[in-house]
Amino acid sequence: MTTEENLRVMLRGDCEIVHTRVFDAPRHLVFDALTKPDVLRSWYGPQGWTLVDCEIDLRAGGKWRFVTRQPSGREIVQFGVFIEIVAPVRFTRTERWLDWDCGEVVVTTELREHEGRTTLTSTTRYPSTQVRDELIAAGANRGTGEHYDKLAALLKAPHLSQ
Amino acid sequence: MTESERLDVTFAALADPTRRAILARLANGQASVTELALPFQMTRAAVSKHLKVLEKAGLIGSGRDAQRRPRVLDPKPLARATKWLDQYRAFWQGSYQRLDAVLVEMKAAEAAKTAHGRKRNKR
Repeated sequence: MTTEENLRVMLRGDCEIVHTRVFDAPRHLVFDALTKPDVLRSWYGPQGWTLVDCEIDLRAGGKWRFVTRQPSGREIVQFGVFIEIVAPVRFTRTERWLDWDCGEVVVTTELREHEGRTTLTSTTRYPSTQVRDELIAAGANRGTGEHYDKLAALLKAPHLSQ
Repeated sequence: MTESERLDVTFAALADPTRRAILARLANGQASVTELALPFQMTRAAVSKHLKVLEKAGLIGSGRDAQRRPRVLDPKPLARATKWLDQYRAFWQGSYQRLDAVLVEMKAAEAAKTAHGRKRNKR
């Protein structure tokens, strides 16, 4: 199975974006990889990106902060507070971007294990439709809800996906 | 129209399988209404109706030949609708590919630890 087939991105309602991905590893290892800074540094961000700073206080009310350097040298600072942690099943945290104040989003990451493989479901919830619209206008991220399935179907049309 | 309203019109136009097939055909080059109607076994009028929706969404325009009025694909609205999604996907796709490799190492390390523990317990 290729990664392209394995990663699924869906938009739900007016404010949410959901992605799922299956990993060939038991849940406790995936949970560690998602929550331990020394492991996160080895994979967070696509090829060429570097997680230059990673602080995680893994408890309800604990803070987290990521500084990611893009290949262009530009750095992105993300930070927030953990709301709930149920290891190794799920964690929920708030997220903000330092130089891009679109308000606070809430990200819930859930892990389900089946026969030694783990399905990750990440749900990002934006504060309002207005925020969502601003994000689309910025051309930067995430967007409208119930129409996504239709777009996904379109993108499967062989001529258009090239 | 706001960016969000523009996207709504784009997505609504894309909601129909015939219209998607028309776009797929136009992605291969411009075509007249008659040429577009052929593979769908539809009347020219029915095809024209779909073309109007696509035109309103800005997904297609007319070619230079005024007599035939061939239709051409305009990729801009489609690009606008998918740009944010592409970036989001690219980030996680790239990250998770790296994570796959890390998990292989973590599994191996854990297996080695378990084997070592078993050996010790036997003694």
